[in-house]
Amino acid sequence: MSAIIEVEKLLKVFGTVRAVDGLSFHVEEGTITGLLGPNGAGKTTTIQMLLDLITPTSGRIRILGKEYRTAREDILSQLNFSSPYVSLPGNLTVYENLLTFGRLYGVQNLREEIERLADFFEIRTFLKKLTYHLSTGQLTRLNLTKALLNQPKLLLLDEPTASLDPDIADRTRVLLKRIQKERGVTILYTSHNMDEVEEICDNVIFIQHGRFKDEGTPAELVKKYCHEDLNDVFLHIARSNDEERHRNS
Amino acid sequence: MKLHRINALLIRHLYLYQRSFPRIMDIIYWPVMELLVWGFLSVYIEKMNLGGFNVVTVLLGAVIFWDFLNQSQKSVSIAFLEEVWEKNLLNIFVTPLRLSEFFVSTLLIGLVRLILVGIILAVLSSLIYRFNLFALGFALIPFVLNLFLFGWALGLLANAVILRFGTSAQILAWGFIVLIQPFSAVFYPVSALPSFLQPISYLLPSTYVFEGMRSVIATGSVSAAHLWGAVVVNAVYLLFMLWFFFRMFAYVKREGKLLKLEG
Repeated sequence: MSAIIEVEKLLKVFGTVRAVDGLSFHVEEGTITGLLGPNGAGKTTTIQMLLDLITPTSGRIRILGKEYRTAREDILSQLNFSSPYVSLPGNLTVYENLLTFGRLYGVQNLREEIERLADFFEIRTFLKKLTYHLSTGQLTRLNLTKALLNQPKLLLLDEPTASLDPDIADRTRVLLKRIQKERGVTILYTSHNMDEVEEICDNVIFIQHGRFKDEGTPAELVKKYCHEDLNDVFLHIARSNDEERHRNS
Repeated sequence: MKLHRINALLIRHLYLYQRSFPRIMDIIYWPVMELLVWGFLSVYIEKMNLGGFNVVTVLLGAVIFWDFLNQSQKSVSIAFLEEVWEKNLLNIFVTPLRLSEFFVSTLLIGLVRLILVGIILAVLSSLIYRFNLFALGFALIPFVLNLFLFGWALGLLANAVILRFGTSAQILAWGFIVLIQPFSAVFYPVSALPSFLQPISYLLPSTYVFEGMRSVIATGSVSAAHLWGAVVVNAVYLLFMLWFFFRMFAYVKREGKLLKLEG
């Protein structure tokens, strides 16, 4: 396996705040990797830098072996993103939204691809609906459909199951595992639901205060920190660092 | 630049126009109402025989030209704000779309609006006031093109300021154009302005267009000075606004404000 994302000494400073502070990590091709950390750890800033929406202060990001400086179009045509916090235009129908994004990515045989994904995500029945009439679960499935339109090699998912009920969240996880298995897509995943991360992720990267804290499979981390589950590991890492900071101050 | 990406954004806006009553109002209702008010006023003034010149032609020509500028500026700003209001900026800028392709798509949306408004106003003014917009001849084309490009440049400026200061500055999408109207000599010659404002007026490409239009009506020939004046000043504005927008976009990326702009 080779690294699809390589992040080296990534730094992002906003005024006096170091949102990301010398972060380095790799994400291996074909895996589902969880990027975890408490609120304000720098996950969203990191993801936005990986998407070229925020310019790093310093450090290096290589995606598919390339850098944004020289290969922006090439990189972005091979990745996609989905988040419940980012909506598709509500005043377009589901189908119009998919056509628009398919065209932006230059998808070949777009209508056939939409039909295929509509079946996969079971959204066919509401393709003609205006997007702002969709339920949260339907919106999640639409966002994921949009995210797979360009057959990406890398998918960045920011809390994809946030605000979903347990049933829809479970269905979404099943779909994500199917996508990864059938299409070999690499997924970088953020979530605050540690049960979900334990269930779905092959590998986990913990960050806090913008810094790398630890990495491993969920089972390895549970064993390493002598806890029962990943939720306790999360609390351990988050709180130990707070205590350390408290002592230092 | 990839045509399929420009096409995608253009069609995305056309989908919206199909079912958006406020956007259709923007193309039909406001321009037509303005045409009616100024048209009847022109007819009234002409009947009083005060001016000794063709009031209907001068005023209606000015109203229609002004609306071209107005439509061009608004279409650029509204196309951008549409993505902000719909929280869609992030979605489109994580596609391979280039900023230049985004600009060209807004330019084309503006062109579509301008053609629609032009047809509606030309037909109505001909039916109601017997005013022939095309009587201006070929001069019409460079003058309208200059207004169109100046409107686009003003739209870019408004968008750049919205990027920098967030949606609290969105009033500029409607306000910029009003700010320049008194100094553009739309309905009166530059000489009607106080002498200290006249040099300011000549800093606007729109002034050369409206002065040029009046010159065509009065003499029947195109004033090369007005035409080239508009082209040169416009070129300076366009280059500056493009540079300014790119700078503001880089600033927003550096400060991580693209998502916050939507919130």
